[in-house]
Amino acid sequence: MATLHTRAAARLMMAPSVLLLLAWMIIPLSLTIYFSFLRYNLLMPGMEEWAGFTNYSFFLTDPAFFQALFNTLAIVVGVLCITVFGGIALALLLDQPMYGQGIVRILVIAPFLIMPTVAALVWKNMFMNPVNGLFAWVAKAVGLQPYDFLSNSPLLSIIVIVAWQWLPFATLILLTALQSLDEDQKEAAQMDGASAWSRFIYITLPHLSRAITVVILIQTIFLLSVFAEILVTTNGGPGTQSTNITYLVYAQALLQFDVGGASAGGIVAVILANIVAFFLIRMIGKNLEA
Amino acid sequence: MAQTVSKERKIIVTVIAWSIGIALFFPIFWTILTSFKTEAEAIASPPSLFFFDWTTENYAEVQSRSNYFGHFMNSVVISLGSTLLGLLIAIPAAWAMAFSPTPRTKDVLMWMLSTKMLPPVGVLVPMYLIFRSVGLLDTRIGLVLVLTLINLPIIVWMLYTYFKEIPGEILEASRMDGASLMKEIIYVLTPMAVPGIASTLLLNIILAWNEAFWTLNLTASKAAPLTAFIASYSSPEGLFYAKLSAASTMAIAPILILGWFSQKQLVRGLTFGAVK
Repeated sequence: MATLHTRAAARLMMAPSVLLLLAWMIIPLSLTIYFSFLRYNLLMPGMEEWAGFTNYSFFLTDPAFFQALFNTLAIVVGVLCITVFGGIALALLLDQPMYGQGIVRILVIAPFLIMPTVAALVWKNMFMNPVNGLFAWVAKAVGLQPYDFLSNSPLLSIIVIVAWQWLPFATLILLTALQSLDEDQKEAAQMDGASAWSRFIYITLPHLSRAITVVILIQTIFLLSVFAEILVTTNGGPGTQSTNITYLVYAQALLQFDVGGASAGGIVAVILANIVAFFLIRMIGKNLEA
Repeated sequence: MAQTVSKERKIIVTVIAWSIGIALFFPIFWTILTSFKTEAEAIASPPSLFFFDWTTENYAEVQSRSNYFGHFMNSVVISLGSTLLGLLIAIPAAWAMAFSPTPRTKDVLMWMLSTKMLPPVGVLVPMYLIFRSVGLLDTRIGLVLVLTLINLPIIVWMLYTYFKEIPGEILEASRMDGASLMKEIIYVLTPMAVPGIASTLLLNIILAWNEAFWTLNLTASKAAPLTAFIASYSSPEGLFYAKLSAASTMAIAPILILGWFSQKQLVRGLTFGAVK
């Protein structure tokens, strides 16, 4: 009887969270789907009409879409490569005995705590600006032409800025995982004559696999939706060179007021995220089971 | 049987690690430093490191030009409000899942996690239109609601992993003694749950403070928190490096301090308890 009572109470306690998240998932998403089949522009109110798949065919055949798709994937893959490999290397380094480890940890973590608009604007103006930026000064000091990073390599510059923000995240998580590694195991292997490299490959790396999986999974979720960094640095340009899907949909919705087209783009973004999540979870799901 | 490490090796590691640490931190250091320069000095070539006339006029200037304090308070209200509201909704849920688990509890948790995979841009259009029609655009309350919803899965998960660690025997003992559910919660579990709740609170304030999709898209000026206010510096007029630095320094300082205090909880919260 007591259990029945508690079970009912438990249901009641979970209800607000579950219902709110359910509503959050279903209501706006169904509206997006509905809008995506309408010809609907905020500048022409009252002209809404059924449009079938027109919005989708326009969005999917727009050259900007292919550029944005490529850019989205380039940002995800580029930042993941830098942060995962860099994070492993940094975590291994920080796990060594040294003086002032606590302070170094704090210095390394800091970029992750910076709000994206600040991070992007600081890099854009004070470092990458071709006239007054610090990089331009360094280039001139060694006799080189200053390079206009955000005009000439906008996508790469954004990848660098985003990677700077996420490298601390990967490092912090991998370092935490490293510190739970059983030292005896490594010592035993060392006594058996295993080299540092084979100790890393056969003991450390397998131990880290779960943490690496988590880093990839979580970063991918966030990196598919990079937005603020693009908005304040390049506005997606020059042209659409640094536009990702999130930014493309934003521009369609809030700059061109094309509700129908933006909704179709939003649904494409959702489908893309699902495809990525599907493959990701299949590829690395085994690691998360344990 | 700890491994003995040679002193030379330790020194080499120290030098490399410090260099990398300083390099990664440098943009933040440079921002803080520039905030104390005059505008002319901020773009001087060669750049001055410490030997310039230190000034705090940028801070006063940023405030007098743009009601900085108002935006700062928006950030405080939005991040604190959404966190407290989120905790209020999530604590009972995490509680129930940790102490009265059913075979479906894991599925519910995984489903909650999966809602985080929904790209925000997929619901941008309807959220914008709904907010516009009910008058929630550019209001603090609107942003509190949205940020509560987007962070709710993280709050539930994080609380769940903390509550899971509270030994169930204590619960049973208090039940044997005839404590009601209410009493059980107030006298037995709350004291044990407070540290976990505090960590969740900290992490969530950090996430909400730095959130920069919904805050940029759903505010204009009145309710704009610092993320959106700083973004207005992307198309500035005249010299602005020192002012940008001052505005940035004030925007990041509270979170840097909070974050440094909660490194451990950061890992746990951001990995949904998968890495501790």
